[in-house]
Amino acid sequence: MAELSVIGQRVPRVDAWEKVTGQAKYAADYSLPDMLWCKLLRSPYPHARILNIDTSKAKKLPGVRGIVTGKDFGGWSWGWMPATRDETPLAVDKVRYMAEAVAGVAAVDEDTAEQAAGLIKVEYEELPGVFDPEEAMKDGAPKVHDYVKNNISVEYHWNFGDVDKAFAESHIVREDRFRTARATHGYLEPPAILAYYDPTGYITVWASKQSPYFHYRHLAACFKVPLSRVRVIQPFIGGGFGGTKNDSLAGDFCAVLLSKMTGRPVKYIESMEEELATSRRRHSVIVYSKMGVTKDGLLKAIQHRVVADGGGYTAIGPLSMYLNGFMTTLPYKLPHFKFDAYRVFTNNPIGAAMRGHGVTHTRFAAEIQMEMLAEELGIDPVEMRMRNAIDNPKPGEIYETINKVTLKTCGLKQAIKEAVEDPLWRDRDKLPKKEGAISWGTGISGSSYSGGARQMGHQACAAIIRLCEDGTVNLITGATDCGQGSDTVLCMIAAEELGIKLDDVAIKRVDTAYTPVDPGSYGSRVTILAGQATQKAAREVKKQLLETAAANWQVKPEDIEIRLGEVFVKSDPEKKMPFIRLARIACYSGTGAVIMGTGYSSYGIEHLDLTNGIGNGGCSYSFTAHTARVGVDMETGQITTTDFTIASDCGRLLSPVQAEGQIEGGAIQGLGQALYEDFIMDRGKTLNPTFLDYKMPHALDVPNIKLIDIVTDDPFGPFGAKETSEGSIVSAPPAVVSAIHDATGIWFKELPVTPEKVVKALKEKK
Amino acid sequence: MKEINLTVNNQPYRLSVPPRRTLLEVIREDLGLTGTKEGCGLGECGACTVLMDGQAINSCLVLAAEADGKQITTVEGLASGDKLHPIQQAFVDHGGLQCGFCTPGMIMSAKALLDKNPTPTEEEIKQGITGNLCRCTGYTKIIESIKAAAENMGGK
Ligand code: FES
Ligand code: FES
Repeated sequence: MAELSVIGQRVPRVDAWEKVTGQAKYAADYSLPDMLWCKLLRSPYPHARILNIDTSKAKKLPGVRGIVTGKDFGGWSWGWMPATRDETPLAVDKVRYMAEAVAGVAAVDEDTAEQAAGLIKVEYEELPGVFDPEEAMKDGAPKVHDYVKNNISVEYHWNFGDVDKAFAESHIVREDRFRTARATHGYLEPPAILAYYDPTGYITVWASKQSPYFHYRHLAACFKVPLSRVRVIQPFIGGGFGGTKNDSLAGDFCAVLLSKMTGRPVKYIESMEEELATSRRRHSVIVYSKMGVTKDGLLKAIQHRVVADGGGYTAIGPLSMYLNGFMTTLPYKLPHFKFDAYRVFTNNPIGAAMRGHGVTHTRFAAEIQMEMLAEELGIDPVEMRMRNAIDNPKPGEIYETINKVTLKTCGLKQAIKEAVEDPLWRDRDKLPKKEGAISWGTGISGSSYSGGARQMGHQACAAIIRLCEDGTVNLITGATDCGQGSDTVLCMIAAEELGIKLDDVAIKRVDTAYTPVDPGSYGSRVTILAGQATQKAAREVKKQLLETAAANWQVKPEDIEIRLGEVFVKSDPEKKMPFIRLARIACYSGTGAVIMGTGYSSYGIEHLDLTNGIGNGGCSYSFTAHTARVGVDMETGQITTTDFTIASDCGRLLSPVQAEGQIEGGAIQGLGQALYEDFIMDRGKTLNPTFLDYKMPHALDVPNIKLIDIVTDDPFGPFGAKETSEGSIVSAPPAVVSAIHDATGIWFKELPVTPEKVVKALKEKK
Repeated sequence: MKEINLTVNNQPYRLSVPPRRTLLEVIREDLGLTGTKEGCGLGECGACTVLMDGQAINSCLVLAAEADGKQITTVEGLASGDKLHPIQQAFVDHGGLQCGFCTPGMIMSAKALLDKNPTPTEEEIKQGITGNLCRCTGYTKIIESIKAAAENMGGK
């Protein structure tokens, strides 16, 4: 690859200044004159029929300007696929989970809105609820939706190879039941929106959305206005991580409708308690894993039966279940694979997407079970992984899994090698094993995650670059930076391609009235897809500039080079000019020359068979080897994590500071899922909807993190980039659980591994 | 309604506030300083951290009336003109932020810490920001940023 000037540099984020000075505006920071405040009334039951809603008392409260209930939305419903449009902006006939919204109020201030919401009288007929997905699947269980049988919201049945034969031929076969926690995103910014439905029929919203164009479609469809009249202006986003901020929420629809009714802007901010009680969180998944290996520890087959708690609605569930399965054939060679997935409706809050979407569950199960088998066989866990790890395909060659996932690069073996050469693993036996009540252990895991997620339908991803006459450029994309740093990366790509300085590239937030349509941020798609689009747009601008310069110097365009703001003739470097001058010549030549470039991504557009799990769900795949050291207090069960070493093949790190931050952040979010985070539910009620009780890692909980870069140069990513952070959120729980096993001799199969579980297991072991 | 006098970022203000209004509401809504964030509103996340007479406090838990006569510093009060405060600069240089929602509160906690203890150990830094949640960074780069700020401010 040619020498790079901007890519790979340790530059600050392009939005850092605004964020450290408090100038970055998030949705809740926007206000308009004459604005009203919206509050919602939520259901006190997890499953109940709505018999009547009486708003008369609330209407009379001074300061109330409007009230909406489910019926006011005219029967409109939405969902991820046409067949799963089972959700309405507000519950209409029945509520299906606790705290589902049933009415919205607009009033002159927040307190009045809240008070009015409390005055709305809803008559409910409580229905028997079902809260456990395995119970919900049984005949005779309460029905959450009438349109499906046995509450099964999504199911897939895939069968690759011949698992029965493979199990029969295996030296050992294990069957275990694993379960992942009820974990949530835990961003600090609760969802918020400021909406204005102006009398001429335009909808404008400032909303905390990491997929603003999903929201734009939802609003257009719900309010029956043309897309060209829906303007989602994107503020800064205070963290996303999938799920809730990909979707539209009751508060959004209510704010827009109340604005339409009152003719005034309406603002809605969810309280953190509402957010935690209703977030579209990660599914909690039960994985029945059956794994067979040869005498030498080679994987013969995996059979997974997964049962996911879907909660009250389908949302993005079809994709979640697909992701539970399709990457199980990575990162180890797997000749036979069977997958039966059930996403089941319950009267719990909705299960949806979260960073590490789908894979977290099944990779946790497979990784731990593989180590259990290694233990039975007396094979070292590193050796076990090395024997099974997929090799890095030679340049130009492709590795294909049994379900037709194709890899052009795979740095797993290299990652494992480097992770175990690191002192944390290499010298683990030199460190104390026991100190007082603390027992120390070291563990390892491997993972893979796709980058450049694809989905059926609207995959469009484009960039526009506009040259200004002073040599700076505007980069316009529909891609969303919800904190991950993609705006910085995209600006770096534009600067690199154009040969200008990073400071000379300006990017603004998405505005659906001006920026190209884009699915938003999920599945680690932005750097890869919007990155490629940006690359192409920049090349188009550059082509026009080279032609101008060539004409000016009477040479051929290919004889000219642009680098860090200097334009020169390669063979005659005396012939040169600053970029700004070339920009001026280009912009002023002829009449009204407008130098613009457009590009759209072309990666990963081949057919994807989601229902049958065949093909690539992404463009390229990251590979991670992760080691961890923990201390377990054998009396109290408290676990301290002191070290993580994470060797990741994330391809080339385009913006190392941002990429490292992603890997570290993903790993710590994964640590939370391994040890702390779980919603405690009692018959549909969330007992811990606060940060005090839903415990996310604090600064004191975090280990020292050492990162090792394994650079493969994937052809399906701009400059060889792959995903970051989803690999490390997937690798963290099995690495920690493997370390806990090393310390205690116990395999924990349910997350999170809380002190209570440890104490109980230690007692049972004795 | 209660009359209060307070100084925010060296600007004196006289306001009349309802008894239950929080300092956070006054800062964000009455004074329009939206740099200070509301995450949980319950004293559990630290996004609303400001300095009151030099102490880091959760402004969502403090009633405006309690701030009567006090000196308040918010994130908007740190930079002088175009020049960032060394803590802000260190967060920029060391990647101590991602989504940025925890950042104002985190920086104010770091300021309270370094004002009291210019040469904190890593453990003391962690202690100093333990009331501030960050979901994006995993804290590693925040800790590095605060360390670098301490060094740049001549703590070492
Ligand atoms: S908003 Fe004050 S501590 Fe969370
Ligand atoms: S940077 Fe997002 S919460 Fe800290």
